[in-house]
Amino acid sequence: MARSSAEPAAAEPVVRTVAVEKTYRMGDMEVRALRGVSLDVSAGDFVAVMGASGSGKSTFMNVIGCLDRPTSGRVLLDGDDVARLSRDALARVRGRTIGFVFQGFNLLPRTAALENVELPMLYQGVHARERHRRAADALDRLHHTPAQLSGGQQQRVAIARALVNEPKLILADEPTGNLDSRTSEEVMALFQRLNAEGITVLLVTHESDVAAHAKRIVTFKDGHVLSDLAVASPRIAARALAETAP
Amino acid sequence: MNVLASLRTALRALRLNALRSTLAALGIVIAVAAVVATVALGEGAKAKVASQMASIGANLLMVVPGSMKSSGVATGAGAVQTLNLEDARSIERELPETVEAVAPVNRASAQVIFGDQNWSTSIMGTTPAFLQVRQWPLAVGEGFGREEVASGAKVCILGQTVAEKLFGEASPIGQQIRVRHLTCKVVGVLSMKGQGAFGQDQDDTIVMPWNTVVRRLNGSQSDTVGMLMVSARSSQLVADAQREVTSLLRQRHKLAPGAENDFQIRNLTEMQNAANEQSRTLSLLLGSVALISLLVGAIGIANVMLVSVTERTREIGIRMAVGARGRDVLVQFLTEAVVLALLGGLAGLALGVGVAWIMAVRAEWPTLLSPSVMVGTVLLAGFAGVVAGFYPALRASRLDPIDALRYE
Repeated sequence: MARSSAEPAAAEPVVRTVAVEKTYRMGDMEVRALRGVSLDVSAGDFVAVMGASGSGKSTFMNVIGCLDRPTSGRVLLDGDDVARLSRDALARVRGRTIGFVFQGFNLLPRTAALENVELPMLYQGVHARERHRRAADALDRLHHTPAQLSGGQQQRVAIARALVNEPKLILADEPTGNLDSRTSEEVMALFQRLNAEGITVLLVTHESDVAAHAKRIVTFKDGHVLSDLAVASPRIAARALAETAP
Repeated sequence: MNVLASLRTALRALRLNALRSTLAALGIVIAVAAVVATVALGEGAKAKVASQMASIGANLLMVVPGSMKSSGVATGAGAVQTLNLEDARSIERELPETVEAVAPVNRASAQVIFGDQNWSTSIMGTTPAFLQVRQWPLAVGEGFGREEVASGAKVCILGQTVAEKLFGEASPIGQQIRVRHLTCKVVGVLSMKGQGAFGQDQDDTIVMPWNTVVRRLNGSQSDTVGMLMVSARSSQLVADAQREVTSLLRQRHKLAPGAENDFQIRNLTEMQNAANEQSRTLSLLLGSVALISLLVGAIGIANVMLVSVTERTREIGIRMAVGARGRDVLVQFLTEAVVLALLGGLAGLALGVGVAWIMAVRAEWPTLLSPSVMVGTVLLAGFAGVVAGFYPALRASRLDPIDALRYE
């Protein structure tokens, strides 16, 4: 899994979208959420997708995440076009290639943290003992302290769940939206660490503070890519935390 | 997702909604309990009839004199004496393949006296084969043999009721009792037979040698026999025995082909079948009521599963986002429905067995638990779970992941 960031730039991008369009029909109204988005995300990148609500950024993430299909255009994950895959094949891609982190955490309620983290492995036919071990490892890796789970802890569990099948790509939709600023910083530190370990991170946010942690910021407006800028010096969350340490 | 994991997931989901799961399974519980209990009652009744029939005698054919046409006038059954001792002997002699034993029986009734006690009872004049045919062992004493029959010895075997009326607790063996004008020695007491299939007291009787009853008690020189009791060698041979006895007697009585029998053969198996037919009709009726309640129970489960799928739409979305395929979700909800139905079935089984037990102990109704019915009903409940869970599970599996995730 570990991909060094020194990989040659000519390598296949982890994500490539070509003229992706997505049109929703709401009653008589057609909503064109994506109007031809072409974007490459290379391995090891850390991309923040910004934009106002309704700009199409979440739709874009759902399409990349194989949760939703584009109306037209091509979506290549690791070189494979997923736009026309069957439901089962999409489920396989979601299970093996992608790790999701949501704003509302989306943990199974009334279910232990460990079991939440085991969930993705359940669908990849991982043996129970192996599931248990890997889930515990993933939680350890994030310095999870079991107890009453605060928002930050819940998000850590959700991130552990996203990591457990060793995905190439982490898709995070407003992962700090429900967290206070210090906890947000902690979560961002986690993403930066995972990114440093070689995992490609694509993060949707509308907060520029959060986006400042990324290596690259893509801004959406009205279903188009408005701007695509490299970040000269990304904010280092770990350092910010050290400075504000209680 | 393997079987164990989906089983565990299903059990957890059911436990999280324990009350709802219990109520949903209640229909199945009641249905299975009803089936198990009613079948136990039905089988119990059947077994009781069978044991009553067996108490009359195993594989028994009763040959009684029939009607006879004389100058175009038909007499009623039993009005004429068409059977005799030689008929009995020839059946025994000619049909050894199918017939085990033949006992001629002539009945009489008499007042019997011992000391200051007396009792009116029925006397059966017969041969030692009688006890074999009726499968009626002696409780005490020796009984009598062929010589006593031949000589018309003044001996008798008492039924339990008669022994009790005349002797109370004392032993009757070796005592002399008066049977009408004869003084007879008691040589045995029959074991307790209890109530017959028609409610009569089978123990209120005295068994004596045929010659003693017919020649000495009734003073008759005729060889006419009141009834022949024939036992077939096995239950499979009862029908064969009936056919062979019929043709032998027709031949002996020189009946022309096409002429009616001058005797009747009553086959206890037929009577037993009639009784079983009745209890089967009842079982069928109760069983169909139980099946209907099973259907209602299945509808209850389907309903709760539909609610559960709607309620857990978000959970389904999460599972799909982390890689669950449609069929994983289908299997999950189907497993839940089947586990719910099976648990309901098992609870119903326990309840049904309990109810059957209470009926047996409190109401003293005969019950007989049938393992195949118990296993079958629980499996049927599981199948009802499959049927009930399929549509809700299918709906869950066809949810769109993004819609499911956004569901509030």
